[in-house]
Amino acid sequence: MTGMARHAGIASRNPFPGVSPSGLRIEPVPLMPSVERKFRIAANDFVNAGEVSIEVQGMLKKIGFPPALTRRVSISAYEAEMNVVMHGGDGEMALLIDPDEIVLECSDNGPGIEDVELALTPGYSTAKPEHQEMGFGAGMGLPNIKKNATELVVESGKGLGTHLTMRFEVKA
Amino acid sequence: MTVKLSDLVDILDAEIIVGHENTDLSFDFCTASDLMSDVLRGPTEGSILITGLNNTQVIRASVIAHVAAIVLVRKKRPNEDLVIGAKEHDIPVLRTPLTMFTVCGKLSRMGLRGVEERV
Repeated sequence: MTGMARHAGIASRNPFPGVSPSGLRIEPVPLMPSVERKFRIAANDFVNAGEVSIEVQGMLKKIGFPPALTRRVSISAYEAEMNVVMHGGDGEMALLIDPDEIVLECSDNGPGIEDVELALTPGYSTAKPEHQEMGFGAGMGLPNIKKNATELVVESGKGLGTHLTMRFEVKA
Repeated sequence: MTVKLSDLVDILDAEIIVGHENTDLSFDFCTASDLMSDVLRGPTEGSILITGLNNTQVIRASVIAHVAAIVLVRKKRPNEDLVIGAKEHDIPVLRTPLTMFTVCGKLSRMGLRGVEERV
């Protein structure tokens, strides 16, 4: 009798979505559906550089992610976007939002990075003076992404373009 | 020590370019840089950014990094996109005839703290 009452209580309050009143595991109920968006990034387009990241930031804000997480993701997006505009040739940014993870994938068909370890060293830069006049090219882009992302994977090589995968854990 | 936007106008002999309706906004932290890469390294959220740069990337970096107000030194005139972006994202922009060193000194004496102190 006690057990049945407890089951009824759980069913009426439903504190554990995805768990039936009998305790049997059923399909998990996502907090929100996955969202996927792709954006194009044009090489040397300094007029629009940064707009993709501001749109990413707007989407995360609208969904209601914590400001600190939104900031970390959008800073990483911005650093990656500026790298594509400055060095990468044309490219693309893909944003995947899942209940427990946000993933940014940024790829370009630029000259690629010959030495990824060196490119991840704070202060190492191949930027041109005109990039530095805009306030960029201090060699902090990739290190800053590494600092903000839960995980950063850089796939690149000379003449191969660059593909960044940035993962951000969403903590409940 | 908290400093209001209206205090900045007085202390820095500044002109408000964007944000006339936000003179009661208050700030505790401040950073100064012409390198937007440094602004993005944080923790600059909610702080004043003092800069000599006046291009579009100043407002984009400020929006991304959650900077709360921008002070342009040496009476720099912001470019049109900076002003449009500042209005759109509700970030006040001021300009002062003073140099970056003098602005930093005056605001430090007023009690504003560097962003590294918030960690």
